[in-house]
Amino acid sequence: MTDLASGCVEALRLLAARDPEVWGIVLRTLIVSGVATLLAMLVGVPLGYLLARTRFPGRTLVLGLVNTGMGMPPVVMGLFVWLMLVRTGPLGGFELIYTVQAMAIAQFLIATPMVVGFTTVSIQALPARLPDLLRVLGASRVRRIWLLAREARLGLLAAVMAGFGAVISEVGASMMVGGNLRGRTRILTTAIVTETSRGETERAIALGLLLLVLAFVVNLFLTRTQQVQR
Amino acid sequence: MRTFVLLLSALVLGSVAHAGPRSMILATTTSTADSGLLDELLPSFHEQTGIEVKEVAVGTGAALRMAERGQADAVLTHAPSAEKPLVEAGHLIEGRRVMYNDFLLVGPKDDPAGARVGTLAESLRAMARHGSFVSRGDDSGTHKRELALWDLAGVDSAALSRREETGQGMGATLDVTSERQSYTLTDRGTYLALQKRLDLVPIFEGDPSLRNVYTFYVVNPEKHGKARADLARTLGDFFVAPETQARIGAFRREEFGRPLFVPDGADSSKHSG
Repeated sequence: MTDLASGCVEALRLLAARDPEVWGIVLRTLIVSGVATLLAMLVGVPLGYLLARTRFPGRTLVLGLVNTGMGMPPVVMGLFVWLMLVRTGPLGGFELIYTVQAMAIAQFLIATPMVVGFTTVSIQALPARLPDLLRVLGASRVRRIWLLAREARLGLLAAVMAGFGAVISEVGASMMVGGNLRGRTRILTTAIVTETSRGETERAIALGLLLLVLAFVVNLFLTRTQQVQR
Repeated sequence: MRTFVLLLSALVLGSVAHAGPRSMILATTTSTADSGLLDELLPSFHEQTGIEVKEVAVGTGAALRMAERGQADAVLTHAPSAEKPLVEAGHLIEGRRVMYNDFLLVGPKDDPAGARVGTLAESLRAMARHGSFVSRGDDSGTHKRELALWDLAGVDSAALSRREETGQGMGATLDVTSERQSYTLTDRGTYLALQKRLDLVPIFEGDPSLRNVYTFYVVNPEKHGKARADLARTLGDFFVAPETQARIGAFRREEFGRPLFVPDGADSSKHSG
């Protein structure tokens, strides 16, 4: 308990001291996970919509794969991305290994199945005849998609929160493909691992608290958007 | 797929921090990284040369395998017996000793195995009779050394009744050892750094075969076409330069009352292997 208490004190001190390294880590964490989640939404929402609205042979198989992907251990995805991007791998020529880009790619691949899965469910939860109804009422295509998205808002924002929550708390894949380089690819989770193994328990606790606060603030914002009255 | 990744990376963070030709990969051990030594030294190297070093702390076994497969440009490792075959096979060239420290056996204050005895081999045999030992089990330099020491003492370590393998780094392994009140082999640096949270004391230290030598190697560009030997060589020169050597010796010395690493590169400005 004393460790926990001194950790909290250290956390406040770190924040108050505006330790530039800590703020760099916080900012990097937000950017990498934010970009990964955004890209996952751009790819995952249309895919989820298609899966919900179309019928084709093998659809159940694809949905099964998506649902498996939602529970995919991030470290397995990390291994895959590492093997792809490492110098001797098929995409090694891009020299992306041990960069923030590599981390964003891995996190994007982790978040996408979540977004697809949640989107599919939330669109399927809408009344099946709603799109036809909107068409009959004369709404344009863009307007129809917008209205559907509004209707599916609860589920879509749950998709963002699940995706973002998965990647911001993820450590294995980011460690493998980012290399945890100080000042370049070190993010909150990998910094916590490093500080713990260095014996800097207070700093590790401080960073852990920061991560919790960060996740809470982002989710609070999303939850407000989700729960706002029409 | 190529265009997809290109597009994605362009989208992700523009071309910021995209690795240029002036960047290299150094595969190294967790002890050099966990002690904070590389974080201390590498920024100056970047300032002096403009070369960006991606230091990947993976443990000696993994670092050597990365070198063998051409996935790194240089290694800084501490397992001479494991480095030798790679030197002989031509994967690693231009070995230079950079620094050393030592390993020590640590254990509970009351020493239930009675391992505080005359020689290293006797101490290990006492631990074996008692049966408890925590092993890294991760193919790291420290793990390799542990196995070599058991051989030296003529003990079949697999037969220890309460031997455990963590498969993790030194810090985590020391934590487990402390909680279990068992014994383990640790490098001096990690032990000093974690000492205050551990309920462990030195049990045996000071034997010559506990010396822990860190050697820097360049990955042979003739074997691995993508290896950036010129950049790696510049980094090697930096590690053995007198100013760097002095900083290695002074690193965290005041904090612990003794150096974590003893500089060893002064006579090895000429390549030794």
